[in-house]
Amino acid sequence: MIAEKKMVAVPDFRYSPHIDHVGVEERASRFTKRSIKAETKVNGLKLTLNMIDLTTLEGKDTDGKVKQLCYKAQHLHDAHQGLPTVAAICVYPSMVSVAKKTLGDSGINVASVATAFPSGQASRDVKIRDVKYAVNNGADEIDMVISRGRFLQGDYNFVFDEIAAVKEACGTARLKVILETGELVTYDNVRKASDIAMYAGADFIKTSTGKVTPAATMPVTLVMLEAIRDFYYKTGKMIAMKPAGGISKSKLALHYLVMLQETLGEAWMNNHWFRFGASSLANDVLMQLEKERTGVYQSANYFSID
Amino acid sequence: MAKAIKNNTLKLKFDTLKYAPAPESKSSAKIDAQYDLFINGKFEKPLSKKYFDTINPATEEKLANVADANAADVDKAVKAARNAYNNVWSKMPAKERGKYIYRIARMIQERAREFSVIETLDGGKPIRESRDIDIPLAANHFFYYAGWADKLEYAFPNKQPRSLGVAGQIIPWNFPLLMAAWKIAPALATGNTIVLKPAETTPLTALKLAEIIQESDLPPGVVNIITGAGATGAAIVNHPDINKIAFTGSTEVGKIIQRAVAGTNKKTTLELGGKAANIIFEDAAIDQAVEGIINGIYFNQGHVCCAGSRLFVQEPVYKIVMQKLKDRIATLIVGDPMDKNTDVGAINSKQQLETIHKYINIGKKEGLEIFESSCVLPRKGFFCKPTLFTNVAQSSRIAQEEIFGPVLAIQTFRTDDEVIEKANNTPFGLSAGVWTDKGSKVFNLTSKLRAGVIWANTYNKFDPTSPFGGYKESGFGREGGLHGLGAYLKL
Repeated sequence: MIAEKKMVAVPDFRYSPHIDHVGVEERASRFTKRSIKAETKVNGLKLTLNMIDLTTLEGKDTDGKVKQLCYKAQHLHDAHQGLPTVAAICVYPSMVSVAKKTLGDSGINVASVATAFPSGQASRDVKIRDVKYAVNNGADEIDMVISRGRFLQGDYNFVFDEIAAVKEACGTARLKVILETGELVTYDNVRKASDIAMYAGADFIKTSTGKVTPAATMPVTLVMLEAIRDFYYKTGKMIAMKPAGGISKSKLALHYLVMLQETLGEAWMNNHWFRFGASSLANDVLMQLEKERTGVYQSANYFSID
Repeated sequence: MAKAIKNNTLKLKFDTLKYAPAPESKSSAKIDAQYDLFINGKFEKPLSKKYFDTINPATEEKLANVADANAADVDKAVKAARNAYNNVWSKMPAKERGKYIYRIARMIQERAREFSVIETLDGGKPIRESRDIDIPLAANHFFYYAGWADKLEYAFPNKQPRSLGVAGQIIPWNFPLLMAAWKIAPALATGNTIVLKPAETTPLTALKLAEIIQESDLPPGVVNIITGAGATGAAIVNHPDINKIAFTGSTEVGKIIQRAVAGTNKKTTLELGGKAANIIFEDAAIDQAVEGIINGIYFNQGHVCCAGSRLFVQEPVYKIVMQKLKDRIATLIVGDPMDKNTDVGAINSKQQLETIHKYINIGKKEGLEIFESSCVLPRKGFFCKPTLFTNVAQSSRIAQEEIFGPVLAIQTFRTDDEVIEKANNTPFGLSAGVWTDKGSKVFNLTSKLRAGVIWANTYNKFDPTSPFGGYKESGFGREGGLHGLGAYLKL
């Protein structure tokens, strides 16, 4: 899938493309006008399930909680035959080993937030050790946060170098770079941070930690998808996308898939290149799939809450 | 670097161009087999005794028989309008007039779905556009002008605005109900009575509006809606007892009208053709500009007088703009206008499709480079692929003449002065678009471009409060906003 890698000079990020906020919001709302029905809807819902990073990121997380989540990841709703599993479960570094052990050879990845998540306010050394700890415990994917303070100071080189260092520490684990768009505020900043992350070695760019409001929105995600497209045009290298936080309804998830399909195309339409960071989305999708299968909505009590 | 795709990765089709059908239901639209002329508050059989067919351009199926008004019918309608003007409408307190206009606005909103469906069936435009743009905007025009009805002296301080009398209004087929609203709402608010003729290919929503007007208890004869083709329009223009002609349509017909009213005391507004320049500077937000190009030329199949049909791209960003534009065209869904996912619907008529094909052939003969969407067109109905020409010169006919279809002529430019000259080098002057991140550039261009409407970092935005109209051969007079009132008043 990955096109031939070309040598591309790192651009001056001060000159990242501008974003017209009225235009991008209008475009994002256009995707919500698509009417997704019948087979397309069922396919979209199944894809959505398969793209979920089922997440628990709480101070009160325990081995027990994580084990239950891992079971749910593999058995979303056994009453419904032929459902896919989620893409990954996403936990704190201290929970990686138990998650890895529980998931075994299910094919479901373990993603770990790291680098002093969610604030990122720690020394480089601490962040790198955080990442290595998660990787050594078996994390397949690392979700790092960028230093938003340094970014807003205009210290782009610092942010770039930090991402590059974390990428190196990841080894073979795929790196998701969380921009925390809610703290960057403007679309211009989101675009700039996306460019920095991709050129510094991100495998994914990700909107949010889920700890800051607003988290993922469609226009912010669109700005990032367009950054990915521009990066692909320039380098031939595909970058994956993960909107996270605030996506809890299947209808909204389908709008995201429409946006993905119409912005980046078929090649990105799978969980290697797109993820939803969400904790409550899965059940709403399951409820809709059951409705499509049986013709009636079922009570929320029929779907497990993990 | 990335690992091979794992086993748990699902591969399912979710293809843009193959979204499962999502057709809007036709059940909300009641279309009669035959429509007569709406004169003096009643539907009356035409004195001409003639009818013509109106068809669905997406299926070529007949929708209804529509009366073909002759000069005698026009005379009857004008007499009804004159009678209503002299005896009722000009004597009614302004705030009472306003109440009727508000009522019509609300009734359009209440029946918005029905209007949307009929607009799409009769005209071929995508249901999404009828539903989200045409019909809501039409209602908004009535709401906006209803508010002005009793405030005219505040609109024109130190003047005594007086109505003109009977207005003859002739509207085109590209935005049938919306154009009717543009014409009827300000004329009513200013106290005039009306004889309106919709285009012969799209008469149905105007006739549905006649039903609403009837139900609204608007005094008989205040609004008369008569159908027919060019001859009917000519009878309106030439009728001696009409005080005002408002026409929206082609420059060719506009010229005929202008000749016909010469030497009469008819007040005239003409809103005619266009060949708008849509100008992309290198510092523009490129992704949004590409969206603006699409919206500028492929909105409503390019049947828009203010369509951004000439694209000017500054040379440093030409390559990337073209790459993105072509990718974006590939995602346009062309086909059944009744499907909620359709972006580009049917061409309004066979005749118009032939005109568009004629120009595409001219472009090919001129040796221009053509690119068209790879979409598959439906077998039946009148459809045209979204098309663009590159390597276009200012001297190409494609860049000079109005095509009124989904065909874009693309030129490059180097400097601000050059693009201003090129943009103004046209007999038209209706609209223009400017895309730049720099405010000063926007103001420089808006003051130098000879166009009635100039959009900055957006395109094809309409609002009842904003005046609309052209320079040069794009016509004169303004519709919308305060200016739109002035066109129907003695000041």
